[in-house]
Amino acid sequence: MSYRLGIDVGGTNTDVVLLDSKNTVIAKAKTAVTADIVTGIRVGVGTVLDQSGVNAAEITHAMLGTTQVTNAIIERRELNEVAIVRLGAPATRAVKPLAGWPEDLRERYAKYSWIVGGGHEFDGREIALLDEDELHEIAESVKGRVQAVAITGVFSPVNTDHEERAARIFREVLGEDIPISLSYQLGSVGLLERENATVLNAAVSSVAKRATLSFQQALADLDVHAALYLAQNDGTLMSVEYALLYPILTIACGPTNSMRGAAYLTGLKNAIVVDVGGTSTDVGVLVNGFPRESFVAVDVGGVRTNFRMPDLYSIGLGGGSEVTESEDGVKVGPKSVGYRIVKEGRAFGGDTTTFTDVVVALSKAKVGTHEVRLPRELAERAYDVAIDKTVEAIDRMKTSSDAVPLILVGGGSVLLPSEFEGASEVHRPENYDVANAIGAAIAQVSGRVDRIFAMDQKSREDVLEEAKSIAIAEAIRAGAEASTIEVVEIEEVPIAYLPGNAVRIKVTVAGTLASYNQEEVGAHASH
Amino acid sequence: MRKLIHAKDIDYLALGATVLGTGGGGDPYIGALMAKQAIEQYGPVELISIDELADDDLVIPSAMMGAPTVMVEKMPGGDEPVKAFKQLEKFLGRTAAATVCIEAGGLNSTIPFVVAAELGIPIVDADGMGRAFPEIPMTALHFGGISATPMMVADEKGNTVLLSTVNGAWTEALSRNATIVMGGSSMLALYGANAQDMQPNLIHGTLSTAMKIGQLLANKEDASKRLENLLKFMDGVELFRGKLTDVMRRTLDGFARGTVTIEGTSGNTGSVCRLEFQNENLIAMRDGEPIATVPDLITVLDLETVHPITTEELRYGQRVIVIAMPCAPVWHRPECLELVGPRYFGYDLDFKPLRPLVTNV
Repeated sequence: MSYRLGIDVGGTNTDVVLLDSKNTVIAKAKTAVTADIVTGIRVGVGTVLDQSGVNAAEITHAMLGTTQVTNAIIERRELNEVAIVRLGAPATRAVKPLAGWPEDLRERYAKYSWIVGGGHEFDGREIALLDEDELHEIAESVKGRVQAVAITGVFSPVNTDHEERAARIFREVLGEDIPISLSYQLGSVGLLERENATVLNAAVSSVAKRATLSFQQALADLDVHAALYLAQNDGTLMSVEYALLYPILTIACGPTNSMRGAAYLTGLKNAIVVDVGGTSTDVGVLVNGFPRESFVAVDVGGVRTNFRMPDLYSIGLGGGSEVTESEDGVKVGPKSVGYRIVKEGRAFGGDTTTFTDVVVALSKAKVGTHEVRLPRELAERAYDVAIDKTVEAIDRMKTSSDAVPLILVGGGSVLLPSEFEGASEVHRPENYDVANAIGAAIAQVSGRVDRIFAMDQKSREDVLEEAKSIAIAEAIRAGAEASTIEVVEIEEVPIAYLPGNAVRIKVTVAGTLASYNQEEVGAHASH
Repeated sequence: MRKLIHAKDIDYLALGATVLGTGGGGDPYIGALMAKQAIEQYGPVELISIDELADDDLVIPSAMMGAPTVMVEKMPGGDEPVKAFKQLEKFLGRTAAATVCIEAGGLNSTIPFVVAAELGIPIVDADGMGRAFPEIPMTALHFGGISATPMMVADEKGNTVLLSTVNGAWTEALSRNATIVMGGSSMLALYGANAQDMQPNLIHGTLSTAMKIGQLLANKEDASKRLENLLKFMDGVELFRGKLTDVMRRTLDGFARGTVTIEGTSGNTGSVCRLEFQNENLIAMRDGEPIATVPDLITVLDLETVHPITTEELRYGQRVIVIAMPCAPVWHRPECLELVGPRYFGYDLDFKPLRPLVTNV
């Protein structure tokens, strides 16, 4: 028998699940996140090994979702010095790199930033010849001063040539060890946002490397010598090598893991997922089994980016949300006792009234160790306020007014009722509390392309085929078994005001891990 | 009235210009960053009334043209607004005393600040539309008999094209084609004229208006108060509030057209509001009856933040307030309505003004 570990390091808890080759949950553990992250993982994994009696040597795969990269950016911790190179002169100089960044980061990164001759027009023509001499000079000047390079070329989603050539020059001068981030791998059209994502990616590459090494060490300490994969924010996995190149893609993988877990646990491919935590609730949408992507620029640590992110609507409501009463009425959240609920919440013997206490007082769920008494009117009003907020969040995420299935996951989801306005059915699957770790454990690997293609020279079919084969190659590079790859999504968006029938095409494919034994995976369970 | 415009004012301008952009006009984000970068480099820009210029002072408007997709990817080099401007000056054999905006809505509210900052000339607190429109001839200047040409089109590589055309339609067609060859976006200097000729054919005070709108909306007061302040300031009306239940989009003749359905809440329950847009919002219908029409300004605001939502950002589930604001009186003239009224955009409707005209223009 072979086993897999799914690990999700969240803001409050580290969740660990152990699955067998039929994807059955053998053991699960929830431990508080520790300051060093790794200790919590070691405790969680140790617990599931003890619980299950499984031999650590039988664990072949470990899938990890982590908030390390997000935290590093938000806390400005252990960030690399980055050489920021934009290929676009004489165009684009009117808005320099780092425009719109928070002052502290902008000051820090401004000293190694250049706009060099190069880049392409929307139709693939060169704006200017790539200035290879200047790139050589820059590479020499940053040698030993930066730990990473971020390269962004104008319209590189249309033509990747200049970014690739620039990367070769930096590689030649700086050697193999310096990570080089290329924008076309990360974002879509929208230079500034794509460049921002690329710089952030370069900035966190060392953090990601250290984190990954310490995860591997933590597992090795427990004699787990599994292949390690990282969860990325589209609900799929990437190999360690790939994750080290594109660590920023782990941002917001927590909610997407929950959504993938919710899909797996219910067998539903199209549904709204409500993930209730201690402090907040994330509402997302499953489309064909994967989280729907956001269309708008997303802020990461104060920086505007356009790399793919899950489309989430978050509300400040969770199990630990504080209930307050004032002239304006009853409020639930956004202030929360968070993980301190087990000390401070009334249901646990504390004296702060939380959303959990309201639900317990109304006898709608049994949580905690103490009886909770609250004035009935207050409890009812607080409950209504919380449910109204949730109903509105669900409604915002729907694409039409039709009723849709709803899946409730996350530790706090016991607090929600089993009927909702606008929901055709409500599922609260078994193991809902560790859906995120399960989502990581069962995840597939993906590949994608998001580029502008000119349709005037080729047929639509040829262009779509070309796009698909790029995405498939990408999936194989990320570790997918070729024979299992399926197309998850195809999107075509015609672009206004441009000749040549320019169309933006997005293709996402996903497949099973190449190293994973196919026969043992079995059919997806459905409840 | 002399006022210096600093980088922080540009943020207010961009927010206000999005309201006046009525859902289109291009995202002023890039333009605002350009203007701020220019102001940081060359210093603040002086905002003046056109009455402060001598009658025979030359004023040259500055603007940007092209596909929004290109502008957010291949941003300008920065030299081309000034290049177009200087080349037109050279052709005319005169030096401009000031610049001015062609449209106060969207991206083009910000571009002339780049020219003004670098050349150290003032910008006139006015524009040619009082809002945003999609075509070059849709300006009060055009109807005042001021020609858009001679017009200079410039790209970031240093190319400039001088246009001299027989009418507005040719100006639009030739400049758009030059722009495509230049890579999909360009900078323009056009509609140059003496201050005294320009004076009666501008919508005055619109940049101050945009900045004031930005300030009102960025204020920390609660949302209903900010909305009230905005409507009062703009003499506008709230048309509808509700939930966006459908956005139907189609690309037609190179324009992004669409229909938005909003189901009423709070006082509008049971009613449905439909918005028709072509880049900009053009028509608002309530239960099948037109309640606001272009050229009056129709803007969609987010219910919670009261910040404007562009037509590209409209999505199912949004809680919105639809407001309308009266257009500049010049657009009430029949010959103007032929070019900017509902029928020009393909709707079988007459312009139904929000406010009757008090004075003859």
